[in-house]
Amino acid sequence: MGEKTAAVEMRNITKRFGSVVANDSVNLLIRRGEILALLGENGSGKTTLMNMLSGIYYPDAGHIFVNGKEVVIRSPKDAMACGIGMIHQHFKLVDVLTAAENIVLGLKEPGRFNLEAVKQKVRSICSEYGFSVDPDQKIYDMSVSQKQTVEIVKVLYRGADILILDEPTAVLTPQETDRLFAVLRTMRDSGKAIVIITHKMHEVEDLSDRVAVLRRGRYIGEMMTRESSAEEMTNMMVGHQMKLDIERPLPVDPKPRIMVEGLTVRGSDDILKLQDVTFTANTGEILGIAGISGSGQKELLESIAGLQPTEKGSVRYINDDGSVVDLLKEDPISIAERGVTLSFVPEDRLGMGLVGNMDITDNIMLRTYRRGSMPFLDRRFPKNRASDVVKKLDVNTPGLSTPVRRLSGGNVQKVLVGREIASAPTVLLTAYAVRGLDIGASYTIYDMINKQKQAGVAVIYVGEDLDVLLELCDRILVLCGGKVSGILDARSTNKQEVGLMMTKLGGVK
Amino acid sequence: MKSRRSFFHIAKRKDDELPGWKAWGIRAISLILALLVCAVVTTLLTGLNPVSVFTTMIDGAFGTSRRIWILMQNVAILLCISLAVTPAFRMRFWNIGAEGQVLISGLAAASCMILFPNLPNWLLILIMCAASVAAGAVWAMIPAFFKAKWNTNETLFTLMMNYVAMQLVSYFVIVWEVPKGSGKIGIINQNTEAGWLPVIGGQKYLLTIIVVLILTAYMYVYLNYTKHGYELTVVGESERTARYLNIKTGRVIVRTLMLSGAICGVAGLLLVGGTDHTITSTIADGRGFTAVMVSWLAKFNPAGMIFASLLIVFLSRGANEISTIFGLNHAFGDILTGIILFFIIGSEFFINYQIRLSGRTGKEER
Repeated sequence: MGEKTAAVEMRNITKRFGSVVANDSVNLLIRRGEILALLGENGSGKTTLMNMLSGIYYPDAGHIFVNGKEVVIRSPKDAMACGIGMIHQHFKLVDVLTAAENIVLGLKEPGRFNLEAVKQKVRSICSEYGFSVDPDQKIYDMSVSQKQTVEIVKVLYRGADILILDEPTAVLTPQETDRLFAVLRTMRDSGKAIVIITHKMHEVEDLSDRVAVLRRGRYIGEMMTRESSAEEMTNMMVGHQMKLDIERPLPVDPKPRIMVEGLTVRGSDDILKLQDVTFTANTGEILGIAGISGSGQKELLESIAGLQPTEKGSVRYINDDGSVVDLLKEDPISIAERGVTLSFVPEDRLGMGLVGNMDITDNIMLRTYRRGSMPFLDRRFPKNRASDVVKKLDVNTPGLSTPVRRLSGGNVQKVLVGREIASAPTVLLTAYAVRGLDIGASYTIYDMINKQKQAGVAVIYVGEDLDVLLELCDRILVLCGGKVSGILDARSTNKQEVGLMMTKLGGVK
Repeated sequence: MKSRRSFFHIAKRKDDELPGWKAWGIRAISLILALLVCAVVTTLLTGLNPVSVFTTMIDGAFGTSRRIWILMQNVAILLCISLAVTPAFRMRFWNIGAEGQVLISGLAAASCMILFPNLPNWLLILIMCAASVAAGAVWAMIPAFFKAKWNTNETLFTLMMNYVAMQLVSYFVIVWEVPKGSGKIGIINQNTEAGWLPVIGGQKYLLTIIVVLILTAYMYVYLNYTKHGYELTVVGESERTARYLNIKTGRVIVRTLMLSGAICGVAGLLLVGGTDHTITSTIADGRGFTAVMVSWLAKFNPAGMIFASLLIVFLSRGANEISTIFGLNHAFGDILTGIILFFIIGSEFFINYQIRLSGRTGKEER
């Protein structure tokens, strides 16, 4: 085959948002027949760069060449005309339509609309690359991975031969990820150019042929995956040496702290979200919760936090002196007044844990503003605490009066976790605490969680990256469709076992 | 392909990019532009000298001390109603029922004056205060309760409550009309002045102005420095955060709307007991809706509302004056008001967005 031909060349691309330079004369080469992994920490400009290829943003300066010819991409339509298709993190599908209808949606094909012909073409694309999509299936009946497949078929149907995938595995199980990777390799072998944005280093090593690294909006360099290691890539990304092992101290004197028994939760749509869930969380221990997204993780944490109406079962809190508080029966505010400090880092940071338009001080105050009997707010104490959090966790912010929505994802999470930890909790509930965070910020969060564990806090960690769950947690509870599929010792289990339990109760093949 | 490169594009400014003085500069420029456009329109349509039209406007609003007092009274009432809707708006509860809340509380005050003219004056005024504040609060509480309980649409509900209030006032005007058949109540207790709010400092409007100033300060503190104000902001920003914090959203909605309605009640009381001493179905004069604009213009900041309501009252009184002095159709004054408001509101676009010429930077790279 020899030298692979260039599909896209970006030259000196610059994009500014106000005074922030998101991309600073970036050069990037995307070749046919190759999978390129685009690496970089949060805010390094990966997504911005790709959005300029897919027509969502327009570069302030620079040139884009597709197949050697300079092009101007001002809309997703222009991008499509160049054969560029992007699969976004959040799917853009209409739930009540079928796969085939979603695939042709928005296309203006000459002649009469013929859904049969569309289905035929969809089937032929599927058989060519080894997808399994039923063109007549409605989107709302599909699993996350099926929806993603529809998104991929959608761009292929439009004739894309340059595919960009933004964190495609964030929502997939290990088995689904393997299947996706197999398809991507088939596409590469048929001469398509593929760009994948991901934070998971083992996926980069597993899948990509070449790696390009961005740091703070600048293009740092590239390397062949075969010739380098995860350490090298990470160091290039963060610009200094990083240790990639997560430490896992042994639990010291674990005692039961939270006992959940027979917990059953019914959602507003009358579907059982949790069914007969029973487990114990111990002090000084990290209990991991694994499961495909939507298997009841959210309901489980919110039940413990007292935010979720439950149908059956009990959640009991055991004090150090052995006395028991029933968390489901009592008012959360009065529970808190009795010294039970449950901290909860919810999945939805800016929509639930924090208020985006409020500044850091006011957000730190969210949990404690009720203090005192005066009708007025006392901002002195939260202000001190806010400056403590900013200092200790190295939050990158212009000041305490900056609205949190203007902070980057990692810094937002630091404020949230910092606030939850600052109240000296005895139980720490975290949901997807590192989702969307870069390596540096993720390790800061792991460190913080480990410190809590060592201080004797019972930590419940809902995660999606199995590699991290296996390295960080002491025990792993696997949820499957709202039921407990099994509780494993994280030190002795492996990814395959957990992955199987996620998709099948008990995990037996 | 080159020719398809657009010459400019619109980009959102980062919030901290624009220093305060620059934002005010943009507003000042837009005001100057508005006046220029007004001048051109005036000359083209009427052939009058635009300068004399503008001076007449200013004269109409500030010309004599009496005019200034009336202007200030109008500003105070508009400001009062704007303050009333603001806590609801901060909570993202679109209360457009201020008109009805003012009317119903005005009716409450008037009925006290009509039904108990023989009570000692201090007691009567006390009852009037309680009745009108309570009436406004209840009128706002009804849609709030339905919103909290069944998540009904507050915009439609509060709007409909306006018409109910209007019909009630019309009905009672007929019941209590003086003289019979005139279709209006006329000045209530003209001889005894029972239930008339006291005149301080010899100025009929001073009391209204002082009360509203106190309310402005109160609202400023309430929104920014109290637990209640903090809670309602959280509820407005995100109901999920409120749930996360165990804030009882329904209770906050009802509580905030009762405050909103109570302040409308004060406006109704000041109008009926303080200045008009009568009740008509047009006593609120659309100010329940104008207040929505004032509150938004000032970005829900009570201090900014002083200026916003001053501007609006100035424009409307100035427009009145032009139409009388020059014998123009009243619509002409409205055209000028419209042009000025258009430019002022439009300037917010240039404060939030900037237009960048992009063709040029592309060449520089070569």
